[in-house]
Amino acid sequence: MDRVPILKLEDYLLVSIQVDMHDQLALTLQDDLTQKIVATRARAVLIDISALEMVDSFMGRMLGNIAAMSRILDAQTVVVGMRPAVAITLVELGLSLPGIRTALSVDAGLALLREAMARPDEPADGE
Amino acid sequence: MNRPASRLPAIVEQHQKEILAEWLSSQVQSGAWRAGRLQEAQLQDESQRFLALLSQAIQQGIEFDTRSAQWAEVREFLIELSRSRAAQGFTPSQVATFVFSLKQALFKHVTESLKNNPAEIAGALWDATLVLDALGLYTTEVYQQAREQLIARQQEELIELSTPVVQLWEGVLALPLIGTLDSERTQVVMESLLERLVATGSSIAVIDITGVPTVDTLVAQHLLKTVAAAQLMGADCIISGIRPQIAQTIVHLGIDLTSVATKASLADAFALALKRRGLAVGRAGTIGG
Repeated sequence: MDRVPILKLEDYLLVSIQVDMHDQLALTLQDDLTQKIVATRARAVLIDISALEMVDSFMGRMLGNIAAMSRILDAQTVVVGMRPAVAITLVELGLSLPGIRTALSVDAGLALLREAMARPDEPADGE
Repeated sequence: MNRPASRLPAIVEQHQKEILAEWLSSQVQSGAWRAGRLQEAQLQDESQRFLALLSQAIQQGIEFDTRSAQWAEVREFLIELSRSRAAQGFTPSQVATFVFSLKQALFKHVTESLKNNPAEIAGALWDATLVLDALGLYTTEVYQQAREQLIARQQEELIELSTPVVQLWEGVLALPLIGTLDSERTQVVMESLLERLVATGSSIAVIDITGVPTVDTLVAQHLLKTVAAAQLMGADCIISGIRPQIAQTIVHLGIDLTSVATKASLADAFALALKRRGLAVGRAGTIGG
């Protein structure tokens, strides 16, 4: 069965979704990621979805869940590289993903996470 | 239709001059041609050409399908007529009346020529009616087609022209909106803004609505959707150019814009954008040196 690889880099966990997500894969990712956060004591998670062309309401909720779970485990989450078509679809579905930080690119996402980790007192959902 | 050949073509050819004279006088009397800036000489010329072409076409047999090759010349004439009359300010029904008004003169001559043969009168009149009706309707069709082409072209131009996304500074985009926002335009605006955000790697977009005449709940919803989509991609939006009336309308309608930064002018929005990017504008000499 295919899995989404989770890479550890310093204090961060990098998740790059390169294949089209189906529901089971999303559930597996949620499972793997929470375990990995606990095992590595990572402080931040960066999810790259630039290869994701299609998204449905389940996927949208899953991203929200992953962010909420990470927060409980004291890790900040940032979603980077969302395509315009995906963003439009999510808005049309009425999912504005409150509580998720987003950034245009991996670079911008890392900068955002560094800034957030430098000021740990700030609430995780920023805005 | 299984009946003897119609007498209509022969009658039209024989009496072409008289029919033309009577048709012209009835047109001049009715005064309909004065609606535009048409000269009497031009009316005469057009009437003569139309009747000659019509006569020529029906000599080849009565054919009611105006799309057939037989009617090609008449069609061309009518297209030209319809265009020139439209330019002169005639309405479509006035253009069609030009064709329909031929009936009176034509029917009179058909009835006179065939008065000894009532059975043939009915047949010839029926043919004349069908032919002239088809041609009259054709002028309307052409008129409408020309209009529709014009509208479609303008609509396309409007959509393309009015959604430019400009870069104000490194990492700051501006989207000056002009004209009413409907669903279709919002879609185009949203797509082009998001595409440019990715292409330029900008993290702030200023949406300027100075040129949007009215903001109702639907327009506000479209705006908020665009802002939400940009936020999902990791970019912040600032809405600027909110006129006093529009600010009042927004509050009266109960639209919630608290999730977006709003500024009265584009200049204020730009200043805020620079501040968020950690930049400042000052007099030369006071900064960096």
